[in-house]
Amino acid sequence: MEKGMIKGFIAKRAAKEFKDGDFVNLGIGLPTMIPSYLPDDVHVILEAELGMAGAGTKPEINDFNVCDAGGSSSSVAVGGAFIDSATSFGLIRGGHVNATVLGALQVDEKGNLANWIIPGKMVPGMGGAMDLCAGAKKVIVTMEHTQKGAPKILKECTLPLTTQTCVTKIITEMCVIDVTPEGLELVEINPEFTVEQVQAATEATLIVKGEPKSMVD
Amino acid sequence: MAKITSITEAAALIKDGMTVMVGGFLGCGGPDKLMHALALSGVKDLTVICNDGGLPGGRLLGVQELIHNGQVKHLIATHIGMNKEVGQMMNEGTMKVTLVPQGSLAEKIRAGGYGLGGVLTPTGLGTPVGVGAEDASGTGTKEAITIDGKEYLLERPIRADVACIYGSVADKYGNVKIHGTARNFNTVMAAAADTVICQADEVVEMIDPDEVLIQGVLVDYIVGGKN
Repeated sequence: MEKGMIKGFIAKRAAKEFKDGDFVNLGIGLPTMIPSYLPDDVHVILEAELGMAGAGTKPEINDFNVCDAGGSSSSVAVGGAFIDSATSFGLIRGGHVNATVLGALQVDEKGNLANWIIPGKMVPGMGGAMDLCAGAKKVIVTMEHTQKGAPKILKECTLPLTTQTCVTKIITEMCVIDVTPEGLELVEINPEFTVEQVQAATEATLIVKGEPKSMVD
Repeated sequence: MAKITSITEAAALIKDGMTVMVGGFLGCGGPDKLMHALALSGVKDLTVICNDGGLPGGRLLGVQELIHNGQVKHLIATHIGMNKEVGQMMNEGTMKVTLVPQGSLAEKIRAGGYGLGGVLTPTGLGTPVGVGAEDASGTGTKEAITIDGKEYLLERPIRADVACIYGSVADKYGNVKIHGTARNFNTVMAAAADTVICQADEVVEMIDPDEVLIQGVLVDYIVGGKN
């Protein structure tokens, strides 16, 4: 797959995870592309951890008191509400958020997630990621399958964790993996790849029950 | 009744070595004029509790200006990645930085303000800020507690000498109303400090009680944003 196509491909598949009315939090980057791939009859309510239950799109006229978590100008959606930080994370931690979608540096076969720190290199802080992963009902990781050819789906994360045993699903340009109590199950595959190729790009051993479905319509 | 005061007098309430909570999230809903007055006052050795270390480059805004000036000895925050200077100072050892998950920081402050002995949260378990990590309150290391078979991390309450908060509108009784996402940490911080100073864009006679977000009984000083 061409490099430039990967993010859109993953976002399009991730869009199938939502049903109308789901309350979801989308991480920065790729996950923010997901709403544009939702079918016309599916509308999600966006949780913005800075303070909205129902965030809207970028406004034509900026209001400096309505921002997204990146500090950029945002708006509240029709039917949305402003909330303070304690309420925002209460909604997140309390299991009121159906799903959070975010990128990862590493994921392992127990569903452990590392995406906030590379010791000695990058120390941005965890922001709201730890609460989101500990609290959302579904934690969906969307990422490229490997980092310059090196596996990111490991037997055990080597980087400090964001949250332990939180990931429920991994969507990459190669496949869709469900995190199960037995381990990582390959449930869908991009027909451009074989199961052997996916396994070769994955350090953790994938569970394959029969022929995986195609992740392309 | 809150005292309506000048920004210079308000800034003078903050002395060397104090712990100061500052509302705002990447500049949204932060008491920026009050922070600029603190920068000019030269107060030093502050412990600052706030969401983040500010935005990258450009105009120094809010807490970012105090950090840049070396007035902060300890920053307790959830995210510092946008302001590279914070990471540099942390690595050079010129400023101590304690990172706290955002939801846990809000709850620690809320616990400090509302008389709770701490909060039990699943957030942070199995991570570098989990069991054994230093609690941002400075009262020891974090421990896990099991309730009905489920493990939680104990996050202790945190308080400050002074909270600097932002309001869109304040009234002479100290009540505060906040528009949009500017409310963020301002609401919980208003209850968790010995002295609370609110920088308000507008000061009115009285806010409709139905619209009050922060109760006047919590607010000690109001600084009109235009002063």
